[in-house]
Amino acid sequence: MNSLIHARGLIKRFEGFTAVDGIDVDVRPGEAFGFLGPNGAGKSSTMRMIGCVSPPTDGVLRILGMDPRRDGPAIRARLGVCPQLDNLDPELTVRENLTTYARFFGIPRKVARARAAELLDFVQLSERADSRVEPLSGGMKRRLTIARALVNEPDLVLLDEPTTGLDPQARHLVWERLFRLKQQGVTLVLTTHYMDEAEQLCDRLVVMDGGRIVAEGSPRALIETHSTREVVELRFLTEDQGRYADKLAGIGDRTEVLPDRILLYVGDGDDALAEVHRRSLSPASALVRRSSLEDVFLHLTGRTLVD
Amino acid sequence: MLTLVLPRRLVGFEGAARRSASVAQRNIAALRTAYWLVMLGGLLEPVLYLFSIGVGVGALVGEITLPGGHTVGYPEFVAPAMLASSAMSGALSETTFNFFGKMKFMRLYEGMLATPVRPIEIALGELSWAMLRGSVYSAAFLVIMVLMDLTTPARALLAFPAAVLVGFAFGALGMTISTLIRGWQDFDMIGAGQFALFLFSGTFVPATTYPPVLRWLVEVTPLYRAVDLVRGISIGTLGPVQVLDVLYLLAMTGAGLLIAGRRMERLLCR
Repeated sequence: MNSLIHARGLIKRFEGFTAVDGIDVDVRPGEAFGFLGPNGAGKSSTMRMIGCVSPPTDGVLRILGMDPRRDGPAIRARLGVCPQLDNLDPELTVRENLTTYARFFGIPRKVARARAAELLDFVQLSERADSRVEPLSGGMKRRLTIARALVNEPDLVLLDEPTTGLDPQARHLVWERLFRLKQQGVTLVLTTHYMDEAEQLCDRLVVMDGGRIVAEGSPRALIETHSTREVVELRFLTEDQGRYADKLAGIGDRTEVLPDRILLYVGDGDDALAEVHRRSLSPASALVRRSSLEDVFLHLTGRTLVD
Repeated sequence: MLTLVLPRRLVGFEGAARRSASVAQRNIAALRTAYWLVMLGGLLEPVLYLFSIGVGVGALVGEITLPGGHTVGYPEFVAPAMLASSAMSGALSETTFNFFGKMKFMRLYEGMLATPVRPIEIALGELSWAMLRGSVYSAAFLVIMVLMDLTTPARALLAFPAAVLVGFAFGALGMTISTLIRGWQDFDMIGAGQFALFLFSGTFVPATTYPPVLRWLVEVTPLYRAVDLVRGISIGTLGPVQVLDVLYLLAMTGAGLLIAGRRMERLLCR
């Protein structure tokens, strides 16, 4: 019961639809925990309930051992929140965005100033301290939002899609900063639909689909449970890849036919490829790779576009 | 130390006051932008009306007789109405246009609500700020009234808190409206409503000149009550009606704050 987040049968309903449909979650101190799922899976609704800005419709929810329905302000005092869409204050400078925000937590002015300077340094924005927010790039704004989430030295940091919409350089910088936080022992909870992000940052994660949790574990364990060790991607020179599916029957655990290629889920990719050649099949291209979280994700949540 | 002694409710109140103040402080930090120019505009408006209509048209009107039998010069009649309506428009512009912009466009309140700050504290903080701004207008205008000999310094001192109360009432009303409107297009309607109040609240002519039905309608509108209160003070004809005015404006403030806080919670804490 020393979980920072403890949810049992947590439900969030809006008029006419159920966004979160009875989930159980436990996040332990020092952990980096991820909510993975396609758009509309219920990740953001869950995050808003954890952030105590959206009351649960039903179920048990304890944050830092407290009840969000009753102790909202006390819980929020110890949370850091980085929302999906930046809501920085465009009428203030970069530094003022931090010092003003600190005041909402009742942090004394002097402490706020010192902490703002530290945090700007941490997210590499010291040179832009007196600039307005408007001209900053997307990556800079996101870093500033993360810095703002840290201004109260939170026990728990919530990050809703922290790198969505950023270019690769900006993403890597954000990841590196988040990894540093994790090393400092800060508990991170993030949502993402980027598999590489989840693999990079999360110790443990849940995959959500349609408001429910469909899988749970470490990235490694999820791959082991829901996919094979390796994947062979075969591409045949034909309009209809499906014609080859029968000929590949029996190789590996599972075969998936896509419009442009066939995926073989196998334990050993090279063995499987040798078997393909033994059957006198000659794909135009063949790629053996390790199974990734993306394979798990697509297997569990399907390839159909939902939104 | 204090927190150990005070009962829980009082501690909660102390925290709420501090958090509301931090919301108002945010606006002070934002003052360094071109925002102060907007404020200057609000200061000039009632002065321009006073000179064009109060003094200009007043020269044609001469003196007018009030329902109570008092006879006053037209500028003396119009000036307190300008004070009340500038308190109204200052409060409304802050709590409708600016408040809505912060809520929907800048989404500032989403950021604030991720902190210990609660919706009602945002409402209180923004209202206090609107009042701070309105008070500057009112004080400046009262100085002008005293300098033009339209009221006495003692009455001006008493009219000041009355003008602040008027601001509170309209600020709370504006905030409620902001939580109810759908988009920018609705601001035209607010503007039209505000202008109608400005013209027909006993501002330029006594309400007694209207036919009974219209007069009754005018007398229940908030700006009429505000004008009645401020005018009663500034020309020295205070009576029991002004107690009614004060109660009316207090009720409006309380109801507005309560509804605005609830609506904000509904809108932002879904």
